[in-house]
Amino acid sequence: MVQPLRYLKESPSQTAGPYVHIGTNPNWVEITGVWKSDLGLVLVGPDTRGERVILEGCITDGSGAPVRDALVEIWQADAAGLHNSPQERRGRADPAFAGWARQPVDDRDGSFRFETIRPGPVPYPDGRMQAPHVSVWIVARGINIGLHTRLYFGDEAEANATDPLLNRIPEPERRATLVAPRSERDGLPVFRFDVRLQGENETVFLDI
Amino acid sequence: MSGSYFQRDRDWHPPGYTPTYKTSVLRSPRHALLSLPTTTSEETGPVFGHDVLGPLDNDLIRNWSQNGGEAIGQRIVVYGRVLDEEARPVRGALVEFWQANAGGRYRHRKESYLAALDPNFGGCGRAITDEDGRYSFRTIKPGAYPWPNRVNDWRPAHIHFSIFGHAFAQRLITQMYFEGDPMIWQCPIVRTIPDRAGIEQLVAALDRNATLPMDSLAYKFDIVLRGRRSTMFENRMEGN
Repeated sequence: MVQPLRYLKESPSQTAGPYVHIGTNPNWVEITGVWKSDLGLVLVGPDTRGERVILEGCITDGSGAPVRDALVEIWQADAAGLHNSPQERRGRADPAFAGWARQPVDDRDGSFRFETIRPGPVPYPDGRMQAPHVSVWIVARGINIGLHTRLYFGDEAEANATDPLLNRIPEPERRATLVAPRSERDGLPVFRFDVRLQGENETVFLDI
Repeated sequence: MSGSYFQRDRDWHPPGYTPTYKTSVLRSPRHALLSLPTTTSEETGPVFGHDVLGPLDNDLIRNWSQNGGEAIGQRIVVYGRVLDEEARPVRGALVEFWQANAGGRYRHRKESYLAALDPNFGGCGRAITDEDGRYSFRTIKPGAYPWPNRVNDWRPAHIHFSIFGHAFAQRLITQMYFEGDPMIWQCPIVRTIPDRAGIEQLVAALDRNATLPMDSLAYKFDIVLRGRRSTMFENRMEGN
């Protein structure tokens, strides 16, 4: 008889369901006055350091239809590549930048839009630098376990070309699904990140 | 001192494609997930201070009260701990929960079930775990409700949970079920979990020792988040 390894099992995931907003964005579904405000609505304030950027996109299912009841969370480093987290060991992040946000997608067209800053580079475990990226987590009715992916910036071609994660994608043509093309609107860079859950141009999702 | 998070056991979690739960058919990726070691981007995560909490955030019987009324239904206390896979408490974790009322009706503009809304029940709550990883809240036991999957599918009574650990890699949404409910074993969403023991991990136990006499029954629901490797002899570059 060997000695037992006394690890617990992680609690199994379950779908967030169609009414996830009751618990995450109650004010948005007119349950007002319980929370002061829904968490994660605003990322950038006047004191936040870094270049302002807009991230926007739409989530579609395997038939191309928008997923109108999804919830999207993003998590990213500050302009210097530091995370606003006690687990960050490399220095102190910009106190005027939380680094985390979430929002329900638009319940008519499945779109989302975050106003944030361009993150600085973050190292990979072997010491190489990763290209600037934003971690994205998506839950919805019909999604049994939250889907992790990453947004990379379309105007960072040089950094993207050597990014350890992008280079780990076995099919090179799928790397483009994580790279958001840049355009400009009202003087601000806009990065378009459409997420396709299934089928043609399916977004690369991560087991991290 | 610490490094990557333990590999997630995706045979223990539900897979993406579970056709008896019909919505999963078009919302599950067909490609394999891309595996990679966690980096600082995943080993860090947002932290929420107690200043985000209001005084009634963990009291669903009273936090949507109109004119001092209380929610109708079986009064219960739900309590437990948030632990990691090494059974260490996860301190300062934000736990959010939401549920239907005693009749199985959600307060959501997209919900149309004919059971009545309770004017004194909103259905949302949240708590932050203490030094031992403990959380608790007071609510009414939610009712079962029908949903448009197969023609006669009903969800068992359940409470949804969203948990933030210390890292984005630990982010988890799940559901809590109630001991003894026969509908647990008939539910296509519950049965997306492959292993019976995995399902049982989501069933809260009736705890008569924590019950408040002449007031509320109590259910215990512990939540386990991913553990983290210790890097005793692992070669890692400086600064990681």
